Amino acid sequence: MTATATKQVRPRHLLDFQDWSPERLTAILDNADTMLQVLDRPVKKVPALQGLTICTAFFENSTRTRTSFELAARRMSADVMTFAAGASSVSKGESLRDTIEVLTQYRVDAYIVRHHASGAAHLVHQYSGKPVINAGDGRRAHPTQALLDAYTVRQEFDSLDGKTVAIIGDIRHSRVARSNAELLPKLGAKVVLCGPATLLPADLAGLPGVTLTTDPVQAVRGAHAVMALRLQQERMSGGYLGSLQEYADTYQVNEALMQHAESGAIVLHPGPMNRDVEISADAADGPRSRILKQVENGQAIRMSVLYHLLVGRD
Amino acid sequence: MTITITNMKRIGSEELTSVTVENGLIKGWNLAEEGEVIDGQGGTVAPALIELHAHLREPGQTQKEDLASGLAAAAAGGYGTVVCMPNTSPVIDDPAIVRSLLEKAGTLGFARLKPAAALTRGQQGEALAELTYLKQAGAVMFTDDGRTNENARVLRLGLETAASLGMVVSVHAEDASLRADGVMNEGAVSEALGVPGNPAAAEAARVARDIEIVAGLAAQGRPVRLHVQHLSTARALDLVRDAKKRGLGVSCEVCPHHLTLTDEALRGFDAIYKVAPPLRTQADADFLLEGLRDGSVDCLATDHAPHTRAEKERDLLDAPSGIAYIELAFPLMYTRFGGTLGLEKIVELLTAAPARVMGWPEPTLEAGAPADLVVFDLKTEREVRPAEFKSKAKFTPWAGETLTGWPVLTVVDGKVAYRRD
Repeated sequence: MTATATKQVRPRHLLDFQDWSPERLTAILDNADTMLQVLDRPVKKVPALQGLTICTAFFENSTRTRTSFELAARRMSADVMTFAAGASSVSKGESLRDTIEVLTQYRVDAYIVRHHASGAAHLVHQYSGKPVINAGDGRRAHPTQALLDAYTVRQEFDSLDGKTVAIIGDIRHSRVARSNAELLPKLGAKVVLCGPATLLPADLAGLPGVTLTTDPVQAVRGAHAVMALRLQQERMSGGYLGSLQEYADTYQVNEALMQHAESGAIVLHPGPMNRDVEISADAADGPRSRILKQVENGQAIRMSVLYHLLVGRD
Repeated sequence: MTITITNMKRIGSEELTSVTVENGLIKGWNLAEEGEVIDGQGGTVAPALIELHAHLREPGQTQKEDLASGLAAAAAGGYGTVVCMPNTSPVIDDPAIVRSLLEKAGTLGFARLKPAAALTRGQQGEALAELTYLKQAGAVMFTDDGRTNENARVLRLGLETAASLGMVVSVHAEDASLRADGVMNEGAVSEALGVPGNPAAAEAARVARDIEIVAGLAAQGRPVRLHVQHLSTARALDLVRDAKKRGLGVSCEVCPHHLTLTDEALRGFDAIYKVAPPLRTQADADFLLEGLRDGSVDCLATDHAPHTRAEKERDLLDAPSGIAYIELAFPLMYTRFGGTLGLEKIVELLTAAPARVMGWPEPTLEAGAPADLVVFDLKTEREVRPAEFKSKAKFTPWAGETLTGWPVLTVVDGKVAYRRD
C-alpha cells in the first residue's frame, strides 16, 4: 500500500533506522515499559498478534537473539515458524530469494531475519513484501539490539538527552556499534566509538553525534554508559591485532577503566562475552553492570517492535 | 661526571673553543676547564650522528656482529644513536628481546641503542606483532626490513596501528614478484654478466603501492607515517617527491653506497658489492644526490649489514646481500661530497634529519642539550684499513682508499664512547 502525501509514513519494517523518526523510536521505548509489566504478570501473554504467523529466518547461528524474538512473538500470541538455514535447503544451494518465496507461501505475515551478508534483510523485504525485522545483517545493522541498549540507558538516567555512550571494541565488524551510532544521536545522546586503529573505520566519524578515538580513557571520560563489544577470535588471523592479551591490556572494559567514566556510569555488553578479553569479571558482574538487564529489556523491546509494526497495520 | 673538550671548532665556526659536559648535558662553551680534559686536536665538533638503519645481528647471528662490536663500530663512526633492525634470530618481535637488548647495550658504553621491532610476527608479513607491548618495551620503529611486506593489507593495518602509537613504519620497498631471483640491478651490466637482474620497477612499483596506502588512509583523515628505506632508484624518488607535494606522511633515506657505487662494480662478480636493493646506475646515483640537495631525500642511513667473510666469498647468487661500513659513512660522504653538499648539509643529513623522521627532538650544541657529540678531523687523510674496524666484518668495498673527515672523539650521554688512539 502506498502512503499518500497527507498520511504520515509508518515504517513497515525495521531494517535500520533510516526511515524512523525520533518520535516513533521514542514510542517504541515508551511501549517497552508496558511490555515489561506484561512480563511481570503471572500469565505473560497478551493477544495482540493472535492469528499472525511470524517466521524467524536465521541464516546465521544465533541462539539468544532467536530465542528472545520467538518468546517475544509468542508472548504476543503469534504463531512462530522457525527457519534455520543450517538444516534447510539453503545448505543444498537454494538462493535467498527462492527460500523466502517458498516460506511466503506458508502465509507468513512477518519475517525476523538474521544473515551474514549486509543487506540481506532488505532483500527479504523485497522478495516477500512482508514486514521484516532485521535481527542482524552482516556488519551493517542490528536495530533491536541498539533499541534495547538505548532503552537500558534511558531506564538508568530517565532520558537519553545529553548522555554519552562509549562503545569499545571491534567497531569495524560490529553491526551493534553501527546501529547504536545511528540510533543514539537521533534520541539526543552522543556516541564515542573506540578501538584499535585497525578496527575503527575513520569514515564513521562522519555520522552526526559520533566521535572516534583509539584511546579508551578518552573514550570513557564523561560517558554515562560504556559498552564492550565481543572481540572475535577470527580478527587475530586477519592480522588486525598483535594478540588477544595485548588487546585486553589496552582496551578491556574493567573497573579501573570505569573509574574515568561518570560516577554513576553503567556497563553494557551485547553478549556473548569473552570474559577477561573485552570485559573483566569485575565489570561484567559488578554493581555497574546492566548486562543481564539488557537481556530482559531485549524481550520487552522486541515485543514493542512487533507491536508497532504489526498491530493496527493498514 | 664532567669532561672538558678543548682545542676544537664548533661546526660553522673557525674559532677554537672548548665545551664542558656534565651529568650527560652540555654545561657550556668556553668555561673554565673542569673534570677530565680532552684535546679535540683542532677538529670540528657536531652533534653525534644518528643511524636509523643498522643490522647489529644480535640475537642469534653474533658470528657476523653483536651489540658490543656493532655499537663500538658506530661510536667509532661518530654515531651516538643507532636504530638496529629486527631481522635477527629470533626476530625482534618479542618485548622481552627488546628489553634484553636495551639492558645489555646500556652497559656497554658505546653508541646508544634504539631497537626497531618487527611489524609482523616473525617478520612473516601475515599477522601484526604486539606493537603496543613492543613500544612499551622500548622499540622506536616498526619494520620488517629484510622482508618486503607483500601483504598490503597487513602493512596497512600496521601503519594504522603504528600511527595510533605515534610510531613510524619503515619498509624495504621492493616487489618480491618483480624482483624474482634478481641479485643485481637489471640492466646492461647484468645482461653482459648473465646474472639475473632486479629491475628498478620492483622498487618503484612497491613505493607507488605503499604511497597509495598512505594516501588512502590520509583521505580518511587518518594520517600515518611511512619511511622508505634505502631508496636506490630515480623513479622511486620521483614518487616520494610527488607524495611529499601531496602532503603525505612519507619519508625516505638514501645510503652512501648507493651514491658512491654503481652496478659497474659487479663486473668482477665480487659479492662484496651485492646489496639489497642493488647498486643501480650512475644516473640513479646522481638523481639521489640531487634529492639530498633539494630535500626530497630526508636523511642518510648506512644499512650497516655485516656478514662473515666466508659468506661474502660465495658466488653472486648464493652470497648474502649487504655491506658493513658504519665506521666509514661520514668520512666517505665528506670526502666524496663535502665539496658539493657541504659539511653542514652532510652533518644535518646524519643528525637533525633522521631525528625529524623519527619525531625526536633535533640535536643541538646549545648549553643544556644532551651531551652527544662527535669531533671530526677534517684535514688528515687516512687510508681505509678494514683490519682496524671495530665491526666484526673486516672487509669493505673502499679498502685502501684515502678518506678525510674521520671521527677522533665520540661522546654519548656525556661519556666518551670512542676516542681515536
